[in-house]
Amino acid sequence: MKAARWGIYAFLVTAAVFFLAPLYVMVVTSLKTMDEIRVGNLFAIPHSFNLDAWRSAWSEACTGVACEGVRGGFWNSVFIVVPSTVIPILIGAVNGYALSFWRPKGANYLFGTLMLGAFIPVQVMIYPMVKILATVGLYSSLAGIVAVHIVFSMPVMTLLFRNYYASIPMELFKAARIDGGGFWRIFFQLMLPMSTPIVIVAAIMQITGVWNDYILGLVFAGRDNLPMTVQLNNVINTTTGERLYNVNMAATILTSLVPLGVYFVSGRWFVRGIAAGAVKG
Amino acid sequence: MASVNVRNLSIRFGAHTVIQDLNLDVAEGEFLVLLGPSGCGKSTLLHSIAGLIDVSGGSVHIGGADLTTAEPDKRGIGMVFQSYALYPTMTVERNMSFGLRVAGTSKAEIEKRVQRTAQMLQLEALLQRKPSQLSGGQRQRVAIGRALVREAGVFLFDEPLSNLDAKLRTELRRELKLLHRKLRSTMIYVTHDQVEAMTLATRIVVMRGGKVQQIGAPAAVYDRPDNLFVAGFLGSPAMNFIPGALANSDQQTMFVSADMTLDVSSYAFQAKPRVAMPVTLGIRPEHINLRHDGPWSGTVHLVEPMGNHWVVWIMCGALSLSVVVHDALHLDVGDTVSFGIEPSKISLFDATTELRC
Repeated sequence: MKAARWGIYAFLVTAAVFFLAPLYVMVVTSLKTMDEIRVGNLFAIPHSFNLDAWRSAWSEACTGVACEGVRGGFWNSVFIVVPSTVIPILIGAVNGYALSFWRPKGANYLFGTLMLGAFIPVQVMIYPMVKILATVGLYSSLAGIVAVHIVFSMPVMTLLFRNYYASIPMELFKAARIDGGGFWRIFFQLMLPMSTPIVIVAAIMQITGVWNDYILGLVFAGRDNLPMTVQLNNVINTTTGERLYNVNMAATILTSLVPLGVYFVSGRWFVRGIAAGAVKG
Repeated sequence: MASVNVRNLSIRFGAHTVIQDLNLDVAEGEFLVLLGPSGCGKSTLLHSIAGLIDVSGGSVHIGGADLTTAEPDKRGIGMVFQSYALYPTMTVERNMSFGLRVAGTSKAEIEKRVQRTAQMLQLEALLQRKPSQLSGGQRQRVAIGRALVREAGVFLFDEPLSNLDAKLRTELRRELKLLHRKLRSTMIYVTHDQVEAMTLATRIVVMRGGKVQQIGAPAAVYDRPDNLFVAGFLGSPAMNFIPGALANSDQQTMFVSADMTLDVSSYAFQAKPRVAMPVTLGIRPEHINLRHDGPWSGTVHLVEPMGNHWVVWIMCGALSLSVVVHDALHLDVGDTVSFGIEPSKISLFDATTELRC
């Protein structure tokens, strides 16, 4: 019993070290000067905490022709993430609600088709999507990239909410019908206020998913709306002279701060949401 | 207050027929109980009256108006569910007033009705609580209150007491009966609990397989069951059934089985019985008397003390008979006892059609 305990801790510590080591290297490297990086050990503590690389990564590093750091990409990503989180959650919730409670004719076929879409790789759909968006005049625009994110998030968002609402007793819905509630009133006044845990789970999935997206942002966002991930790639791949490892590290950490922050703030909720879904669903 | 009339109602889910050509009339102010085993269609019938299930054929009239396709809230009904179905994010007060707010009732009127109902159900102290802060009994009381504030003509109850423990169930059952006496509104109540059915109902509807088996006052259904199913379903312990046949002669009609013979000449036959007709004799446990001069005898097999009475199981030949006695102190397993049957309390059923004969 005791030995097993020790074994578990040994495994956990090893796993933590394994996953934290790269992060540690990134942080210390970003705080070193290039001279120190050249001569020093990868794991060594920096001599002096130098924030120049961070400043440079945020506002001076070159992304191709322009040299404005990843700052612009940060705000582009924010503008993409906010609507790409709020709108899919709302639509997904309405979908799940309608599928679980109103059960219109053919709803199961619709849901099946939607799920089928989830199994087709995104790459397959890029070219047709480009053609479609170009036809309706949304290609290379903020609205375009948001629309793409909404479309690709629909299967998961719908599934998430459908399963959550399936765990709510049908009698609750029936009671609201007797009380005269219509489609939207029952949704907004009864079901949505009960959905906090699953909304948080959905928000975490969308925020991290959209923020970490690279390929869709590169293809659909257009030059003015490139998300932070694309900017980061440009920073790292733009070489004029020597590779600025410290700047690259700082830029990478800056880019991953938002998903990291989301997990730190909502980890408890995330686990609770998944557990709730597992037990009730 | 309103009457409810169900005409030729059919309900099908795909190829599966739940209810076929059902007719039912509920008078104003009646407390009608739909009783039957799980899956007999009683809840489906109730939900179709509420408008929560689309009917496949026939019509539902409430208060004289054909409301077969009307929305649930346009039918003038209030409904109470087994799982309480309280809105978890709303306080008791907002739960009760939800329907009125949807209907656009004035604030003053909502306030008045909620207060009056809360007073009637002793919920005043709980008005600002959330459902999660209430006990099971309190929750169901709130659910009843939510139905009452609608001041509907018909109240529908879908097994409202099934989730409560035995003591609370008895308590709320009594409250419901008093409530009905006070409000005098029409109530339709679904249950599989025969005690609830017997105590609450002005009339019981016994259902099985989507069909009505018998409709009548509780005592009538209990004393004169129309068929074997009703006879066996009502009563605990269940009615004793003794298979046998009739032996008719000019003077008298006898019931003959392997272990007993009984003169049933005085039995009120529905129609003249056929000669040597195979029948099943039904006799309730409380109508078998243990007495020294009884014509039959058997061995005591099991004694179950129930507090205020005992259930004694007697093996008589191949038959196992249950007997309700009020004094079993002198009885032991293995004793031989004599017993008699009250001839006026028997029921005879045709063995092939299972109908009362």
